[in-house]
Amino acid sequence: MLNTVLSARNGQASGTPEAAVQVEGIGKRYPGGVEALKDVTLDFPAGELTTLLGPSGCGKTTLLKIIAGLLDPSKGQIRVKGKQVHGPGPDRAFVFQDFALMPWATVLRNVAFGLELRGVAKAEREATARKYITEVGLTGFEQSYPHELSGGMRQRVGVARALAVDADILLMDEPFASIDEQTRRKLQEDLLQLLQIEKKTVIFVTHSIEEAVYVSDQIVLLSRRPGTVSRIIRPNLDHSTDLEAARRDKAYLDCVDEIWQTLKQYLV
Amino acid sequence: MTVLGYRIPMMFSLLAWFVVWEIVGQLDLTILIPPFSGVIAAGITMLPSQKFHDAITITMTAFLAGMGLSLLVGIPLGILMGRVKAIGQLMGMWVNIFESSPLTAVIPVLMALLGFGQATIITTVFLFSVWVIALDVQVGAKHANASLLEMGRSFGASRFALYTKILFFAALPEILAGVRLGLIRGVKGVVIGQLLVAIVGVGELFELYSRNFLMEEFWALVIMVFAFAFAISETVAYVERRIEYYASTR
Ligand SMILES: Nc1ncnc2c1ncn2[C@@H]1O[C@H](COP(=O)(O)OP(=O)(O)O)[C@@H](O)[C@H]1O
Ligand SMILES: [Mg+2]
Repeated sequence: MLNTVLSARNGQASGTPEAAVQVEGIGKRYPGGVEALKDVTLDFPAGELTTLLGPSGCGKTTLLKIIAGLLDPSKGQIRVKGKQVHGPGPDRAFVFQDFALMPWATVLRNVAFGLELRGVAKAEREATARKYITEVGLTGFEQSYPHELSGGMRQRVGVARALAVDADILLMDEPFASIDEQTRRKLQEDLLQLLQIEKKTVIFVTHSIEEAVYVSDQIVLLSRRPGTVSRIIRPNLDHSTDLEAARRDKAYLDCVDEIWQTLKQYLV
Repeated sequence: MTVLGYRIPMMFSLLAWFVVWEIVGQLDLTILIPPFSGVIAAGITMLPSQKFHDAITITMTAFLAGMGLSLLVGIPLGILMGRVKAIGQLMGMWVNIFESSPLTAVIPVLMALLGFGQATIITTVFLFSVWVIALDVQVGAKHANASLLEMGRSFGASRFALYTKILFFAALPEILAGVRLGLIRGVKGVVIGQLLVAIVGVGELFELYSRNFLMEEFWALVIMVFAFAFAISETVAYVERRIEYYASTR
């Protein structure tokens, strides 16, 4: 039932058509000597949601920021649709764990900010922003400021901002980690629903096994620091009929358990 | 202020002090302390006079020019000191020295360089206020929310956009605190500059009144300068309170 794939790509030429992002031999040593990642090689299939799952401090954020082009790797390279990239680009949009909303700007301006930075005219970018504000369920809050919103609503703004720039790849760093449990479940469901409309490749970082199994097409288990790929698992849940039911699915429970058995060995 | 558990409004405590002043003044203890009522009367006669008007005009011109210069230099300098390590190290020591040094001592040198006119006074205002602005802005720029800057970079912000659209606003609470302190130093600078140059503006009036023992006019002018400094710093403080929520979402 669980489809476990070996992590090593067997010498395939890079440029596998369905991989939106390819991580090739990435290593990262921070100035000061911390080795966060070691020889990570991974494909992120286009149109799928892949989670990076691993214990705290194993280098998930580091890997995501390298993919985003916010950090330079010490070794290896990142390819986006076959082309090597060196910095941030319009093909990737980031959703931050702490939301990273500008407190001095309204929801509307925050959502439109990526377009503002690209020089899109005000009327046009605000029209686009309004569309995505509606899509994430925040209609009526266009003129609110971030401090007037709850954590869950703030992250909806973060998601809308990332969608508004129309990047094919969404990079989400523990987007729901600082949000209370009930709201988090709702956000997970809404994210899945949203992804059925917006065809995106999502790279999703989490340290929650349940969250990973619930939202993912593919789960990459990372080992303790220095992070390496330990296993890749495909939960194969069926979300198309009933978003709620998936959480009671036997496949869901089995997958959670299997990942727990693997991750347990990394805990001291 | 609280007395015996009661909160006393500030106006009221000021009033109490004015009453004390009036009594001491009426006792005629020293020529230096005239009755408060006399000070008020002198102030009222002074206000519409041409001499006062001219003094205020020239003083405000120097103050605004000096402050403008301070903001134009202090804010970018502070931001660079906060963001570019090399500049922070290179300038940090000097800015700290100037910030805490008795700058009054260099005014004679300025007079020798720039003459006895507005240029010297504007420079004095600038030198009095720019350092504290730069230092406060540096703190703001240094501690600006790192993930906001990352957000900007990830959405392709140019360096200029990063600084003007994100960093400036992220550091705004500290920038305003610096501006508020800078303005107060600037008031000090303009008065001290004019006193030492001693031929223009409010400084000239101070000189005139104290030399001729016109203590009522002298105190009236002191109160006006205080009131001005208080008013501008309260105005900035008001803006600071308005943007308090910037910090709450950090
Ligand atoms: N800027 C940095 N400088 C030095 N070490 C860092 C830095 N950022 C992260 N690290 C270290 O690298 C490791 C991986 O960090 P991170 O990628 O944030 O882990 P995760 O997101 O999986 O919790 C951690 O041990 C962390 O302490
Ligand atoms: Mg992390």
